[in-house]
Amino acid sequence: MAGVNVSLAHASDVLFTWTVLCYAVAMFGYSVEFAFARIARSRGDQVAKAERIGRFAVGLTVAGWLLHIGSVATRGAAVDRVPWGNMYEFSTMVALVAVTVFLALLTRQPVRFLGAFVMTPVVLYLGLAGTVLYAPAAPLQPILNSYWIKIHVVAAITASGAFMVSGVITLLYLTRTWLDRRASLGPGTASVAEYNGLARWLPSADRLDRLAYKVIGFAFPVWTFAIIAGAIWAKYAWSRYWGWDPKETWSFITWVAYAAYLHARATAGWRGRRAAVLSLIGFGCLMVDYYVVNTVISGLHSYAGVS
Amino acid sequence: MTETLVDDTATAALSTAPAPAPPSSRHRLRGLWRSLTSMRTALLLLSLLALAAVPGTLLPQRGLNPVKVDDFFTAHPKLGPFLDRLSLFDVFAAPWFAAIYLLLFASLVGCLVPRIRLHARALRRKPPAAPKRLERLAVNGTWEVAGDAEATIVRARDVLRQQRWRTELRDEGDGAWSVGAEKGYLRETGNLVFHVSLVVLLAGIALGGLFGYKGTVLVTDGGSFSDVPSSYDVFTPARLGSESALPPFTFTLRKFTASYQPSGEPKSFHAYVDYRSTPDAAPRPYDVTTNHPLSIAGTDVFLVGHGYAVRIQVRDKQGKLVYDKDTPFLPDDAMFASHGVVKVPAGLPHQLGFTGFFFPTYEPTPFGARSSYPGPDAPVLTLAAWQGDLGLTSGRPQSVYSLPVASLKNVGTKTLSPGQKWTLADGTTVTFAGLDQWATFQIAHDPGSTVVLVAAACIVGGLLSSLWVRRRRMWVRAVPSGDATGVRRTVVMAGGLARTDADGFATEFDSLLRRMKD
Repeated sequence: MAGVNVSLAHASDVLFTWTVLCYAVAMFGYSVEFAFARIARSRGDQVAKAERIGRFAVGLTVAGWLLHIGSVATRGAAVDRVPWGNMYEFSTMVALVAVTVFLALLTRQPVRFLGAFVMTPVVLYLGLAGTVLYAPAAPLQPILNSYWIKIHVVAAITASGAFMVSGVITLLYLTRTWLDRRASLGPGTASVAEYNGLARWLPSADRLDRLAYKVIGFAFPVWTFAIIAGAIWAKYAWSRYWGWDPKETWSFITWVAYAAYLHARATAGWRGRRAAVLSLIGFGCLMVDYYVVNTVISGLHSYAGVS
Repeated sequence: MTETLVDDTATAALSTAPAPAPPSSRHRLRGLWRSLTSMRTALLLLSLLALAAVPGTLLPQRGLNPVKVDDFFTAHPKLGPFLDRLSLFDVFAAPWFAAIYLLLFASLVGCLVPRIRLHARALRRKPPAAPKRLERLAVNGTWEVAGDAEATIVRARDVLRQQRWRTELRDEGDGAWSVGAEKGYLRETGNLVFHVSLVVLLAGIALGGLFGYKGTVLVTDGGSFSDVPSSYDVFTPARLGSESALPPFTFTLRKFTASYQPSGEPKSFHAYVDYRSTPDAAPRPYDVTTNHPLSIAGTDVFLVGHGYAVRIQVRDKQGKLVYDKDTPFLPDDAMFASHGVVKVPAGLPHQLGFTGFFFPTYEPTPFGARSSYPGPDAPVLTLAAWQGDLGLTSGRPQSVYSLPVASLKNVGTKTLSPGQKWTLADGTTVTFAGLDQWATFQIAHDPGSTVVLVAAACIVGGLLSSLWVRRRRMWVRAVPSGDATGVRRTVVMAGGLARTDADGFATEFDSLLRRMKD
């Protein structure tokens, strides 16, 4: 196809495959550490061995992350434009941000426990991107040919990757509070063994809650900015800054859902589990915004490139 | 909305929330109850707002695609009118949608006003006096220094001031001194700026809705447009304000060009225009393209569509030219197979009309002709000629894109390439004289957009400081200790309290203490 460097495009695809492979093995490593540490801890030995596997998984994640960057960069070079012009490329970028957020958290806090839980959706996501959503390298549609694609889409990708990580943490938070509640039914109930196994390994509910909040506190302003940048671009491209196009509307719904989460977290009676559920609803809206709106509902944002 | 966005370790007694002093327990209870209920209301309304927007994306909307709404009515003749009565095809203009967001904003304003007052008071108030036992605070430290208490405390205060803490020095008697310090007021300021900006944003949107206007116009290569309501094909005037206020600009479309990928995907569009911002101004060239509108006097001209215009010449029996015009044909698919109607009302013994199909890259298939590429690689025009009364004198408005063929007589059909001639039975000749392109422009004026943009910027700024600034308090007390050797010594105690998000506060506290000890 005109304007596409075929060998670079191929290199990008190969790097993509290796990325997924690294992530998948890393995910497996984190899971082994998780399972192993539970057994080892209950017997009081072999913790070190489990930790070695965990560190190995981190190494693989970093390797996969570098390959991932390589894959994105070669894709961009192959088509001589920003590498986020269709849904395949967009999903790849979101996964890259999610891994970046996880690795960034890892440098500041001991959050290796998140590994298996972040890598699982990332691998699934990339699998989906590489198969169903895959689109061969091609130049951009003229309407996308604007520097706003750098600003608006990068912000949207960054927020989405971070929301994905916060969603994972929130699920762990809900698991932890569920275990805590079952355990508080008292000793002798069937759940105590289970509690000791899983809950001892997960951080406290309070810490998970604060971690999720921290990530959303980063993602929400970025998302707000993405919507505003999109509105400014829409003003240039479509002659109005807001028109209730399905994509705009679902972005708005997502924004309102996360705003509700932030308010709920500061409201007595809503703090905790209810607020967590609201943030998961927000994440669900985000997924609708990307996948249902792009494929099922027709609108102005029809750049999916999925046939 | 009457609390800070986050409120982690709210210890009522040590709360940094701006509360009217002195707080009686009844007052506080009532305040708490009020904030509780209004926050709940806000939550409920936020959820409702999100929920209410959903049908607007699942059902076709008039504002976005009126044709799809008509299709829905045809497909569901019973359900359609019922849903329409609930405004479900105009969700974002529906009274119930407006009711939700207006209630939300009313509740917002109701919360904001007292809160702004409280914050203004808090900004003027001095940091509170040190509690008796600083060692009870979550982070604390005690050390001893040489020197007198007053000098020590001044030194501690200067360290805090350097780090932009707000401080207040207090003489506690018996030679003891204390300093109270507070930081992170920007959190509540940002929170208030964010919420006020939301209100301003809504006002900006309303401003645009009331005083803005827009319209679309189709201009063929070489054609002109002047900004008066009658020039528009479709015009939505401002709800308030007069039509004569339109800026008097004009423009001429010199040439429209489009380029495509080999697959037929569009690559670029350019409408080269010459515009005058006032009738007396010299014409200036401009390239109107996607993402690149032309701005004249607060009005924007956008390129929103394009198509082909077919140039038809008609000569009578004697060879006299009676008709020579470009007719815009409307595209039916992505490859620009188009349809159109040509009317020749005068100059011939009978009125003559044509219905036609145009294919920029003609490709015959067993199922009929189609266009295989949007560029004019092999342009072909198929025409059907009709004779009779075109109905132009009936006084009824008639679309330029339709012909009352039921009352007309078909006098032949023909497939033509550019330059080809077709002679009808009565000797009239029809020539496909050439091809031009047309472009549609959307012309829009939105006086509220600057307000909306500024509000949006404040929204992001306010959000950042309300989510990332941490609110904290700190106290240092210096008490003279016994001095056996004749050297004055002072015991220093410090304690800190992070009201929001304690992460990182201990580190900050330690570094402050280190500076004070230096």
